[in-house]
Amino acid sequence: MNFDFSDDQKQLRDQARKFLAEKCSPKAVRVVLDGKAPYDKELWKGLAEMGFLGVAIPEEFGGAGAGHLELCVIAEEMGRANAPVPFSSTVYLAAEALLIAGSDAQKKKWLPAIASGEAIGTLALFEGKGNPAPKNIKLVASGGTLNGVKKPVADGAIADFAVVAARTGSTGRENDISLFIVDLKAGGVEVKSLTNLDPTRGQAELTFKNTKAEPLGAAGEGWSILSQVLDRAAVLCAFEQVGGSDRALEMGRDYALDRIAFGRPIGSFQAVKHMLADMYVSATLARSNSYYGAWALSTNASELPEAAAAARISATQAFQHCAKNNIQVHGGMGFTWEFDCHMYYRRANAMALGLGSLSYWEDQLIDRMRKKNAA
Amino acid sequence: MNFDDTPQEAEFRATARKWVAANAPKEFEEELSKSSLGRIRLAKHDMVEVGKAWQKKKAEGGWACLHWPKEYGGRGATPIEKVIWQQEEGVYGKLTQPFQIGEGMCGPTVMAWGSEEHKRHYLPKLASGEQIWCQLFSEPAGGSDVAGLRTRAEKQGDNWIINGQKIWTSGAHYSDYGLLITRTDPNVPKHKGLTMFFLDMKSKGVEVRPIKQANGMQEFNEVYFTDVVIPDSQRLGAVGEGWNVSLTTLMNERMSIGARLATGVPEMFEFCSNLMLEDGLAIDDPAVRSKLATWAVKSNGLKYTSYRAISALSKGERPGPENSIGKLVSGTMLQDIAAYAMDLQGAAGVLTGDAEETVQGQFQQMLLSSPGMRIAGGTDEILRNIIAERVLGLPGDIRVDKDVPFNKIPTKGR
Repeated sequence: MNFDFSDDQKQLRDQARKFLAEKCSPKAVRVVLDGKAPYDKELWKGLAEMGFLGVAIPEEFGGAGAGHLELCVIAEEMGRANAPVPFSSTVYLAAEALLIAGSDAQKKKWLPAIASGEAIGTLALFEGKGNPAPKNIKLVASGGTLNGVKKPVADGAIADFAVVAARTGSTGRENDISLFIVDLKAGGVEVKSLTNLDPTRGQAELTFKNTKAEPLGAAGEGWSILSQVLDRAAVLCAFEQVGGSDRALEMGRDYALDRIAFGRPIGSFQAVKHMLADMYVSATLARSNSYYGAWALSTNASELPEAAAAARISATQAFQHCAKNNIQVHGGMGFTWEFDCHMYYRRANAMALGLGSLSYWEDQLIDRMRKKNAA
Repeated sequence: MNFDDTPQEAEFRATARKWVAANAPKEFEEELSKSSLGRIRLAKHDMVEVGKAWQKKKAEGGWACLHWPKEYGGRGATPIEKVIWQQEEGVYGKLTQPFQIGEGMCGPTVMAWGSEEHKRHYLPKLASGEQIWCQLFSEPAGGSDVAGLRTRAEKQGDNWIINGQKIWTSGAHYSDYGLLITRTDPNVPKHKGLTMFFLDMKSKGVEVRPIKQANGMQEFNEVYFTDVVIPDSQRLGAVGEGWNVSLTTLMNERMSIGARLATGVPEMFEFCSNLMLEDGLAIDDPAVRSKLATWAVKSNGLKYTSYRAISALSKGERPGPENSIGKLVSGTMLQDIAAYAMDLQGAAGVLTGDAEETVQGQFQQMLLSSPGMRIAGGTDEILRNIIAERVLGLPGDIRVDKDVPFNKIPTKGR
């Protein structure tokens, strides 16, 4: 059994960690947090130069042609650094949608631009409240144009293109949904930035009025493609969440070692030690579930839907748990803007909703486990 | 990343599988497959007898304590080979329950601290199941605080005279030998005045009394020592070095990689898939689904955590500290699952026995047994301390009794 990343992959993780420690310090994250820039452009450029944006994109489309395991280790580091860049929207959602369903021409047009850092992509799926479901998609596509509103769209205000989920039928079935690509820089889409929990990652409202759009994948296949994209993104986001969990745990541990109260380090009090031990347990369970997701993703195993849901749930719970208790370990200081704890708390809770909420994925997991048990 | 065996591992697995298929006591397969929680019982046979027969057969075939050196009754197998053997032994591994403390704790302690003569004399019989060992550490006044133990050993010529009481001793009533930690000097701080011995459980003055537990079962014992004589030659380690010796034992207690702990999740999933509530199947209820999903990912998380440890063994590396979370997670989960299953059963949930409404009372039994899971082999609190101190590097507790002579430590709270 070799249920671990290879030495090369671990080396890539170290390389990404070193790069991000240098280029993505908390100080750099705060530039975006404080609204002085919509995202860290320098970092984005650097990620492209390192080959991280295209690590899972085939060489023929301008990527490194490595694979999803390599992308997982980079994702972990992006989460650890709380990177203020549209990595998940572009790489896990838009690029994966193109890889699954794009025509040769579409792949040629967008994938090299993603790998080189020239194009930011996103997925326009949600329309207000609710979770991913065909019935929640009201935006209509007809005659090659789109009409409707998408929100929240992660990184929608800085994206160059969006993969848009649209209604092309009204039978009430999954094949009512089709996907389209919209060039957001071509005009025809009204873009409005929305304030959100995690200002280091923007959210936007996109209004489509007779907007020209190009089909992505076959008509009526939209939901099936989306499900695959969401499963892949669930695993990749889980690695970001695992990285964030570990970082929040380390911050809490380090503070507990340094901070003295009642004449001793607060980390010597069992109430604090046990809180940190429980954070370690959550983070460990999340890592192990995510490894299984990585295996399923990288081998395109039939277990992917179940593995992705499990990784998603475990990593969401762990990041929320670690981020929340990191603030608690810090006490009053943890509740200041000056300390970095809230950045992870914000990211943890924003990420918990980005691909559908925890309860949505719990539902998915049970359905998928039942399907497997029945088979 | 893959779940495949290396060619050598595959060859070893095939050999093990073939041997198990040819030799396992298949008449017990069904019964063993069913019992998932707590001590194993066989309806019509004595567990210890059946276990001894299986262990003897394994020893003859070279499969008992296989990671031990050959001269001590093992086969000199690697750690990963031991894991593969456990996987192939499957449900029959449950028959080894009476020997687990000997194999996992007493044997390694004798191996590390005993004389060559001891090792050659005792270990092969321990490995083959001919002689069963128990561990005599916990006391009424020293459970989590093992070093607070009070059983006295006093030197008299070439012998030691033992007086005192141990508790929570699994298998004392059928054990041949015991690993015994005693206090030999009460005038020095508690960790410094301890000495380790092993003794014949049939010695004069040893009295074993079963404990009736909170769940109504009797799985543990109290062991009383009244002027029991142990020859000095049965001392393990120097006088006063008992604490260090005990660490060898306790480290081994938590190293059982690949041993899957019961979590209650498969039972709960099946129960919810079949239980009809007023509005339909329980598994279609959003609240039930949410809890089930959380438990399922914990249970999967433990499984894949152990896979990570097995992978490290396969590469010849030392596994990381991740495996220390197992019992901490599964104990509480069993308790929570049991309580929730009974909640779903409503009024009938109060019934034990084999009432149909409560699926033969399995969750009721789980509820009553699970508190013990959170205590035995290290309480949840001790396990959290271990994670906090050894994994996260947080400071140890401030020990107010550290430099105080043992006989000056207070013995009552108020």
